[in-house]
Amino acid sequence: MADSDVILLDLWISVFGARVRIALAEKGVKYEYREEKLDDKSPLLLEMNPVHKKIPVLIHHGKPVCESNIIVQYIDETWHANSPPLLPSDPYLRAQARFWADFVDKKIYEGAKKIWTTKGEEQEAAKKEFMDVLKVLEGQLGEKPYLVGESFGFADIAMIPFCIWFYTLNKIGNMNIEKECPKLAAWVKRCMERESVTKSLPDAHKFYELVLEMQKKKGQ
Amino acid sequence: MADEVKLYGVPGSPYVSRVTTALKLKGINYELVVEDLSNKSADLLKYNPVHKKIPVLVHNGKPISESLVIVEYIDDVWKGVPVLPQDAYEKAQARFWAKFIDDKCMPAIFKTIGSHGQEQVVAEAHEQLQFLENELNVKGKKFFGGDNINLVDIAATFIAYWLGAAEEALGIKVLSKDKFPKITEWGGNYINCQVVKEGLPPRDALVGFFKKRFGNA
Repeated sequence: MADSDVILLDLWISVFGARVRIALAEKGVKYEYREEKLDDKSPLLLEMNPVHKKIPVLIHHGKPVCESNIIVQYIDETWHANSPPLLPSDPYLRAQARFWADFVDKKIYEGAKKIWTTKGEEQEAAKKEFMDVLKVLEGQLGEKPYLVGESFGFADIAMIPFCIWFYTLNKIGNMNIEKECPKLAAWVKRCMERESVTKSLPDAHKFYELVLEMQKKKGQ
Repeated sequence: MADEVKLYGVPGSPYVSRVTTALKLKGINYELVVEDLSNKSADLLKYNPVHKKIPVLVHNGKPISESLVIVEYIDDVWKGVPVLPQDAYEKAQARFWAKFIDDKCMPAIFKTIGSHGQEQVVAEAHEQLQFLENELNVKGKKFFGGDNINLVDIAATFIAYWLGAAEEALGIKVLSKDKFPKITEWGGNYINCQVVKEGLPPRDALVGFFKKRFGNA
């Protein structure tokens, strides 16, 4: 068995895994990718992330790093000699990057999920709440090319995988995210010009099929 | 040019305490701007339009929000006593535990307070606290940061001080000494640190607050 210095325990469809894949690609780090099964987690995953038992987990020199945003920062700090830097060098901009990555963590995942797990009035409320969140990001982008300043970085990496979900949200929620948030749509296009992003993101249509399957199983 | 450091907050907030501890560790002079949370100032809303919450640190006119983001910012700007380890791996571990405290421990603990110590709710909080107990056991040191406090200790401030006051106010027990001897010992040591002690609200005021807010089920 090949002894790999960098192993990523992941699930291709995962937005959190995608963050790590993007970061590794940006830095040109070679690694061994291992696809996990959520209903049959490997002993290695359970050993490396006993607290959460979740992917992604980066295993570097046999030691685990867990939680996607924390892994991305670890990658930036460990391979700091490789450009580009994922976090700004200025402490204030760094704090802004962390703030927005934290904002995405707090608001996007649960907010989006609510839209495809609810119906009727509850779904309408979830849709409005989610659009309000996206409008905040729209405001933060303003005239800037990226979420924090002039370069693609930590905050963008935290958010860009969720663009895969827009197709699903538009279909199930009867929304038009790109029309309501044109700056966000332009930012998505801009990020998609990066090979690290296009090579790391799962297929939007496949994700939609997965959600439909989930809904069917729950009898929605 | 002298640094201007303002901290928007309230003295009773554990999240504000995280920031004051970090500022005091670095020996930074700051002004505490006390907010009335039922009537937030125009400044606060201007400095934190996204969440409209305290604490907010304003450094030379530039605002930073979210307590753990602020603490990392303080560590980045001012050298001296480190809040985070230098080593990238150790840093990642510290961030992991700080996030665990915020994402898992705090919500579980708040639920025990809100439910007045309902058995099932307390059991769920114990599940989360057990991870912290194990971590202290494995580390075998006074603090999560080793011989000195670090980001994790600072993140766990609520557990060291606020929780005890809530327990007393409501006559409940969440952090029992026999179940969590390491955390109990850690808590005592943590609040004894000068930089922590100076930023704590008086205990009877805190007990009074919990009684008023959550008392009389």
